Amino acid sequence: MRALEKIALTLIAVGALAFTATAGTLEDVKSRGELRCVVSTGVAGFAYPDSSGTWKGFDIDFCRATAAAVLGDSNAIKAVTSTGKTRFTKLNSGEGDVLWRNTTITFSRDVGVKLTFVGVNYYDGQGFMVNKSLGVTSATQLDGASVCIQTGTTTELNLADFFRQNNMSYEAVTIEKNSEARAAYLSGRCDIYTTDASGLAATRSTFPSPGNHIILPEIISKEPLGPAVRQGDDQWADIVRWIYNATVAAEELGVSSSNVDSMKGSNNPEILRLLGVEGSQGEELGMSKDWAYQVIKQVGNYGEIFERNIGTNTPIGLARGLNNQWTKGGLQYSPPFR
Amino acid sequence: MSSASVTANEPMLLLRLWRNQEYRSVFIQIMTMLILFTFLGMIGNNVANNLEKAGKDFSFAFLSYPAGYDITFQPFISFSPTDTHFRAAIVGLLNTLLVAVSGVIIASIMGFTMGILRLSNNWLVSKLVYVFLEFTRNIPVLLHIFFVYSIFLYVLPVPKKAISLSDTVFLTNRGFFIPSPVFEDGFGYVWLALLLAIVAVVVFVIWERKNQDQTGENYPVITISAAIIIGLPLLTYFISGSPLSWEVPAIKGFNFKGGSSIKPEYIALTFALAYYTSCFIAEIVRAGILAVSGGQSEASHALGLSHGNTLRLVVIPQALRVIIPPLASQYLNLTKNSSLAIAIGYMDVVATIGGISLMQTGKEMETMIFVLMTYLIISLIISAFMNWFNKRMSLVER
Repeated sequence: MRALEKIALTLIAVGALAFTATAGTLEDVKSRGELRCVVSTGVAGFAYPDSSGTWKGFDIDFCRATAAAVLGDSNAIKAVTSTGKTRFTKLNSGEGDVLWRNTTITFSRDVGVKLTFVGVNYYDGQGFMVNKSLGVTSATQLDGASVCIQTGTTTELNLADFFRQNNMSYEAVTIEKNSEARAAYLSGRCDIYTTDASGLAATRSTFPSPGNHIILPEIISKEPLGPAVRQGDDQWADIVRWIYNATVAAEELGVSSSNVDSMKGSNNPEILRLLGVEGSQGEELGMSKDWAYQVIKQVGNYGEIFERNIGTNTPIGLARGLNNQWTKGGLQYSPPFR
Repeated sequence: MSSASVTANEPMLLLRLWRNQEYRSVFIQIMTMLILFTFLGMIGNNVANNLEKAGKDFSFAFLSYPAGYDITFQPFISFSPTDTHFRAAIVGLLNTLLVAVSGVIIASIMGFTMGILRLSNNWLVSKLVYVFLEFTRNIPVLLHIFFVYSIFLYVLPVPKKAISLSDTVFLTNRGFFIPSPVFEDGFGYVWLALLLAIVAVVVFVIWERKNQDQTGENYPVITISAAIIIGLPLLTYFISGSPLSWEVPAIKGFNFKGGSSIKPEYIALTFALAYYTSCFIAEIVRAGILAVSGGQSEASHALGLSHGNTLRLVVIPQALRVIIPPLASQYLNLTKNSSLAIAIGYMDVVATIGGISLMQTGKEMETMIFVLMTYLIISLIISAFMNWFNKRMSLVER
């Protein structure tokens, strides 16, 4: 059956490559009235359907922000789920308009897979999670261990590199989906579960007893996670880039979903330009004048999106860390709206 | 068709050609081929154009680049992250073949056994097999794979609490760890003895056949052959001073070291595919046996053949003619279903070249073509073999 799925996927790719008209993505989205985001099949806090089937999460909120800016309605989204393996195919074949799926930016993906990455909405790094009962406190004590990995990610390469650098051996159990990899780890098939630290925290929050598992201090890789679009549509890339920038700039400028209306009367010209009161930035992007206002009003600024989905008050419990504003020691930094 | 129309004008000639069945069918065939090739050409052209538009080239050069990832299960050739994507593909292919071959063997044994049991006169046996067959073959195979895998993971203990069989074989949820043989000097004689034994058996069998044709004498061929093949090497082994020792696995750190291991992913995948497919084979076998008319076995009983000989010499050879063609498609199914491997982390050809390599290089077209061609070739080989076997079997008819 899996072979059939592959064939189908290839045919979709071929078919889509063969038959999609290459109008700009913006026009396609507008005429469709719906934004299709390629998202994961389910990671707590980042992209998951809640009990009523509504998609929620950090990545989903950015997808909603994109829909709010382009279509004026943050609910006009469709989640195109994909495994780590199928995500780029789904984007490149036109099944999705934009990829918001904790995807690491790497050279080979940017150049080889022909994507355009437009920003880093989460700075992450690969870590290890182990059961407390093993008594392991550092990743350098893991010689000979069995490691559960979800396939289709940068994880496999980092893992191979890390163990090779430290002259250690390991047994990799490479599984296609997070849910099954998690089950294999919980059953004791593996000693270690490895993925991006944010993913570890998210996965751990769904364990029956999260307290029995610790995340080791070593972060073995840089994983800048960000949105991607198809290469060659510069207008669309600009739009997604500046929507993300708008959420970051709004937080820096103190504009949030609760005060955005009153901020329209601010005396800070950058806020006025951002909210479309002055200037013509929206039109230049091919969108409405108040696109950023809609983003902030309907979804919120970067800090709000972060705290609502994965912040310290959620079961995921991630600290801002590297993802704080540059003014507070983090790396989130938006170019000026000028 | 009167002779007066010989001087008919052009349209009349065309009409006549059209009315001629032979010309018409040739014409239709030519047109069909034209349309088909135009269609294929259009698709190919479009793909080429759009790949170019997307800025992607079509090349298999990536196969010689280092893969960078690890493959845990590599029983035939070794693999490390510095090896190429091509080698990764070969490791994956061998793993696929391993599952296919062992799965086909187990499925055949189970399938034939269950097919015969299903026809048993014993009510309980027949119904039990019936329930098992219906239950199993009406559940998707992916669920069977998950089911067997989770039984493996949750029922068997972790390595530290391994079930040990006299401290040499260990059963854990990370696999079965068994001692591996270490051949010492002098073991070559044992191989030699084995070779001699095989030759001896072949000679014996040929002689026995001739002898039976001439005199009608019956020797217990299987027992004698087995005695030669096992006995001669065993004798040599003891005479040459037992030149064999065993490396016993022992727990060290997180896992067992030393000896050989059979991974749970391999066992779960092979076993699930095998018993799932065996249910279809059982039904095929049952149908095949029922297709042989009852008069055949009655006649053979009347001639004095035992029940076993009747089955072996009269019923099964005839049943096989019905069984083989659908059996071939079950073997093909099993092989193709093995591509579900990645769901439980078995590194087959889809998981390696069609999975991780695809992701790392972004060469969807190329890797998928590689995987498709691989399955196509495997399937065609199985097909060709089964066709040959079928032809051979149907000759027995006369």
